[in-house]
Amino acid sequence: MRASLFITCYNDTLFPETGRAVVRLLERLGVQLDFHPQQTCCGQMHANTGFRTEAFCQAKRFVRLYQDRETVVVPSSSCVAMMRDQYPGLFEELGNEELRRQFTALLPRVYELSEFLIDRLGVDDVGAYFPHRVTYHASCHGVRALHLGDRPWRLMNRVRGMEQVALPNLDRCCGFGGTFSVKNAEVSSAMLAVKLQDVVSTGAEFCTALDNSCLMHLGGAMHRQYAGMKTIHLAEILAGTEAFPAEALA
Amino acid sequence: MSNAAQHHPVPDPHRPVLDPRYAQPFPKAVLPVLRNPQLRKNVAHAIDVIQAKRARLVTEKADWQQLRSAGAAIRSHLLENLAAYLEEFEARCTEAGGMVHWAADADEARRVILDILREENASEVIKIKTMTSAEIQLNPFLEAAGVHAYETDLAEIILQLGEDEPSHIVVPALHVNRSQVREIFARRMGLKDLSDDPHALTAAARTYLRQKFLTIPTAISGANFLVAETGSVVVVESEGNGRMCLTLPRTMITLAGIEKVLPRLQDLEVMLQVLARSATGERMNPYTSLWTGVTPGDGPQRFHVVLLDNGRSQMLARETERQTLRCIRCAACMNSCPVYRQTGGHAYGSVYPGPIGAILTPQLMRMHHAQTLPFASTLCGACYEVCPVKINIPEVLLELRSQVVNQERRQGARFFDPMYLGLRIANLIFSRAWLFHTAQFCGRIGLRFFTRGDGWIHSLPSIGGKWTQTRDLRGLPPQPFHAWWAERNRTGRQEAK
Repeated sequence: MRASLFITCYNDTLFPETGRAVVRLLERLGVQLDFHPQQTCCGQMHANTGFRTEAFCQAKRFVRLYQDRETVVVPSSSCVAMMRDQYPGLFEELGNEELRRQFTALLPRVYELSEFLIDRLGVDDVGAYFPHRVTYHASCHGVRALHLGDRPWRLMNRVRGMEQVALPNLDRCCGFGGTFSVKNAEVSSAMLAVKLQDVVSTGAEFCTALDNSCLMHLGGAMHRQYAGMKTIHLAEILAGTEAFPAEALA
Repeated sequence: MSNAAQHHPVPDPHRPVLDPRYAQPFPKAVLPVLRNPQLRKNVAHAIDVIQAKRARLVTEKADWQQLRSAGAAIRSHLLENLAAYLEEFEARCTEAGGMVHWAADADEARRVILDILREENASEVIKIKTMTSAEIQLNPFLEAAGVHAYETDLAEIILQLGEDEPSHIVVPALHVNRSQVREIFARRMGLKDLSDDPHALTAAARTYLRQKFLTIPTAISGANFLVAETGSVVVVESEGNGRMCLTLPRTMITLAGIEKVLPRLQDLEVMLQVLARSATGERMNPYTSLWTGVTPGDGPQRFHVVLLDNGRSQMLARETERQTLRCIRCAACMNSCPVYRQTGGHAYGSVYPGPIGAILTPQLMRMHHAQTLPFASTLCGACYEVCPVKINIPEVLLELRSQVVNQERRQGARFFDPMYLGLRIANLIFSRAWLFHTAQFCGRIGLRFFTRGDGWIHSLPSIGGKWTQTRDLRGLPPQPFHAWWAERNRTGRQEAK
């Protein structure tokens, strides 16, 4: 199986350990990975802030770079949601016939990480070992845009040594919302406070998710408040084994 | 005369402003709310209760998703053929003895209503809860013209006597708790010994209301639906005060937005099911009133319908925005909204708060006011998930955001705004990988000045400060992923040699 990794701009810049974990995980499962060195951003930040023309530049760029790849894996649910929910409208409004054709052909080959593992590779036991107490935050785009359903739990249930604690109000937003977190910083912080209370109430050592943008938000507040918890992308948990623990990635 | 009748409103700087033309932008308007823990507690508690009831009742309907699809289909069909169904409604209603008036905007609607009241020689009027009348700010207009309007919905009475404004479209006094209601009633009804027992409070309201019902012969209502096929008006409510207004008065004036029409009577089968479950978490609402024109010897003998456009017809032109008009005002979107849960309704500066308000208000204002509202959302999608007529609110929010940005860019406004500048630079950076990688390098060097010994950034200038006012940011790691990958491939190749 061949797959091409779209790491996304903020994972590349801020969370390279997530990318390294995806590489270790997928290569362990026998996937032949490649990485397009020209990749930058999917355009979500621009699209969500109303800069459609700019968002289209990024969308076009993504399609041009990846149109001949067999499968694309993206370890970020909100970026995949951007492609599924917003690209069609952008290409309809601003694209030409050829671009639309290329995009329509590419889209079904783009997978969020948990979709790729469960739907494409057909595995739920990835051989992971993570001896910690963990709570899972189902990010909004994972639940309501991608409809990931039970995929994350099917993966987590097979992680050896891991204790899961259910997060109350699981599908409530953490208040990040991209530029919302600075445009409406006060409301965003109020939402974050409520979310953090739920997360801390689980008594877990780690809060995990399939989207580092939510985790950056939660992690930033945890650090500010000395919450005694850490955030970790699910890819890193799944990449860890007894011989090579997840912590070694950081 | 009661205290209420003697009351002359004084301008109150603490009264929420629900006129989008004068309201503060959303990010400013939320500040006093966020500093009001009692209000936030009231709001969160109230919507959590309604949400939980709704969720329970929706689960028991195996065909809930089909009902939503049916609701969306009925409303979409209506909007695609709105002119024809409005004319059909006018014809049927007129045949049944009603008088139909058309109002292009708020001003015309207010004048039409005042003219009718003058014909009736009315100096007082009783009202069924209607958000549309709040949209056109009918009460202060009538007051200034010498007609006092008495609200009869319990929540509206609380607000009217408390000199407050609605913060929710179904439960307008949701931000007020029981002890605050007691205080308002005790003060305004002159009942010093009133307890905050719910029975005592409703009894006080009943005594206050009964006298109005028996003495005031003119009433104003809104409409949940108008039925084109029969010319009927439908009002659903929980208290029965509406039913009183529909039976005792001599004259009834119904004010309704033009989008409130349904094609057929049978459509109520779907709409009443989804409305009650979505709005109050009930299988059926307690009082559903349908009336058609005038029935001799039964109910009001003079009946007027005022059909209000006020910006609605121009929302029909484009498919994305048109969905907004499918709304049946159930408020499920605000009950599910994590933003509304923190801010309540007043911060939206409009009678329509929450996610639906964030898309409806700017459009009703023809995008000249309330431009911060489309940005008052994290796009989490909870509103779309619960909407009984499947309005894709995040999609409309995004469309309106782009309209606001285009408008501001055309006017050259905010050219040097740090966020706009940043987004333009980001676009340039993302267009070439080498620029992106150079920017990462510069960012790493630049942020080093702000990164503390623990590897985290605690304080940033400008927009970054909006982040660090409550959150830390991890300092940029020394090696971005693409560099790691390149290095790994190089060393991999060397090993292969």
